[in-house]
Amino acid sequence: MRIVVAVKQVPDTAEVRIDEERGTLIREGIPSILNPFDEYALEEAMKWRDKLGGTVTVITMGPPQAEAVLREAVSMGADEAVLLSDRAFAGADTWATSHTLAKAVEKIGDIDIVMTGKQAIDGDTAQTGPSIAASLDWPQITFVGFVRELNQDSIVAERYVEGGCEVIRSSLPVVITVLKDANTPRLPSLRGKMKSRKIEIPVWGREDLELPEDEVGLDGSPTRVVKITTPEILSNGEIHHGESEKLAKLLVDSLLGSEVP
Amino acid sequence: MASIEVRKDTCVGCGECVPACPFGAIAMEDSLAVISDECTLCGACESSCSYGAIIIRIGETGETEIDQYSGIMVLAEQRDGTIDHSTLELLGEARRLAEVDDSSVSVVLLTEEARNWPAELISYGADTVYVAEDVQLRHFRTEPFSRIAERLIIEKKPAVVLAAATTTGRDLMPRIAKNLNTGLTADCTELAIDSESGGLLQTRPAFGGNILATIVCSDTRPQMATVRPRVMKAMDPDKNRDGVIEKIELSLTDLVSRTEVLEFNPLDEGSVDISEAEVIVSGGRGMKSPENFALLQELANLLDGSIGASRAAIDAGWISYPHQVGQTGKTVQPKTYIACGISGAVQHRVGMQSSDRILAINKDETAPIFEFCDVGFVGDLFEIIPFVIKEIKRRRK
Repeated sequence: MRIVVAVKQVPDTAEVRIDEERGTLIREGIPSILNPFDEYALEEAMKWRDKLGGTVTVITMGPPQAEAVLREAVSMGADEAVLLSDRAFAGADTWATSHTLAKAVEKIGDIDIVMTGKQAIDGDTAQTGPSIAASLDWPQITFVGFVRELNQDSIVAERYVEGGCEVIRSSLPVVITVLKDANTPRLPSLRGKMKSRKIEIPVWGREDLELPEDEVGLDGSPTRVVKITTPEILSNGEIHHGESEKLAKLLVDSLLGSEVP
Repeated sequence: MASIEVRKDTCVGCGECVPACPFGAIAMEDSLAVISDECTLCGACESSCSYGAIIIRIGETGETEIDQYSGIMVLAEQRDGTIDHSTLELLGEARRLAEVDDSSVSVVLLTEEARNWPAELISYGADTVYVAEDVQLRHFRTEPFSRIAERLIIEKKPAVVLAAATTTGRDLMPRIAKNLNTGLTADCTELAIDSESGGLLQTRPAFGGNILATIVCSDTRPQMATVRPRVMKAMDPDKNRDGVIEKIELSLTDLVSRTEVLEFNPLDEGSVDISEAEVIVSGGRGMKSPENFALLQELANLLDGSIGASRAAIDAGWISYPHQVGQTGKTVQPKTYIACGISGAVQHRVGMQSSDRILAINKDETAPIFEFCDVGFVGDLFEIIPFVIKEIKRRRK
């Protein structure tokens, strides 16, 4: 089983704070991390590789320093890694990103499954996975909470949707996007850490992928950000202090309102 | 190839652009802004610079004949034998947008059996309903649905295509957008028509809800967006509205799919879908342990409510992911939301801020939740909630 896991380096959004005066993001000291959802995709890929044999290749598109998340993935157990990095890739939206990632999957060749996290925590679009599937003209199963079966010909996976769970069978090759429910990601191993320090990570640019300029980066992106603002906060609530019992009565007053006898 | 440039003669070294960059890619060197490779050309600095010293250049793009596209097309969603409420919300929003340039609203219904739905969709704002009926369209499947929608979009040339940001819409729309070589904006919370260009301004939260980004798709059509459920308003249905129902002819190849739905398992009784709940009692880091959620459950039971949780409580393993409210969980809009021991970080807020009423209990009076709740109680939830439970029981006797 040859699996590609597409990952992303993201700022840890849980750490992002707003500069109230300027209304901008405070980026200083915010660590860059492996997108948490991608850890579940990576674990799922490695779980099935351990069971069926094969390789897990982790890829990312980003600036040169995005290599760090590839090394992290190798320390957790990925076999190979490829960095897609080129100034021409900058400013890519999900169309151009998935287009570039799909080209890399084709260049690696002979892949059975592409796995990726449900979404990245910086953009939260959840669009890159299905767009990779469209680029490759492969089927897709998104929002996968559990992979029931996997063999050389097909996959059966549970897709968590509003109000329930769909059980989907797909032929291979396929793209799946993975939810937190799927597994518990393993920690880096000592052997993995040693390998991650030594491994040579090839860097592929636009020309390596034989992509024209107008299909990558900002030029290849149909969408463009034109404005960034910080959400308004309305502050006009009433705040109560005091004894717990008094607070409880006030709370019940506001809860039940007309229900009061 | 696109590029970014700081004009050395214009940059005054004020440093305004440094905090404006969401990626920390700008530094000041010798009173001049210097942009590093971390730059993603997002454009935040360009608009922050009061001196016009930062310029982003975009290369040549192939232009679609934009003028040929008009109207708004909504992709309908059905679930459990009814039209999903999100579809009605989209129609309401599409109607509002269509008023701006007097364009039309169409809706695409792919289903096993259309029943009285086309008439219902017209009453909620559609001018045209495109219907395809086939037993193989009973369950949503990516390939047939995207193939049929793509063909219809190519034929009808809508300027805008909208779907709900549900697991269906977010599966389907990226595939369509990629295949049609056009732009898609995810999970929008605000849509507007730009008065100058006539283009669609698509606003959505990003960076965990810390910022709102407005996105345009200026050179390709259609402009596609998924829209967060429970944000837009459906219009009051008008049975007298006129509309056209048009059948979509299907061929066998339309229905070919490499995936098949083997089963559908509805959620267990008890594990209520919290996005439907009228009352949500929600717990965060302040709950301290999984056992303490029983306290919230008791309160929720009294109020016929469901249990929600913040990411902190989920990550600690106190309660399962389906209960998560927030940017990476569910968006809820109950009549009453009771936040217990939840600080109210922006990632949580974006998932519950459209609740009709937010009550909050927290020990820390500086918690952000007190900045946007309707009624706040500063105190120990482990004391207050048992009193609340007792008081509700007493008053109902």
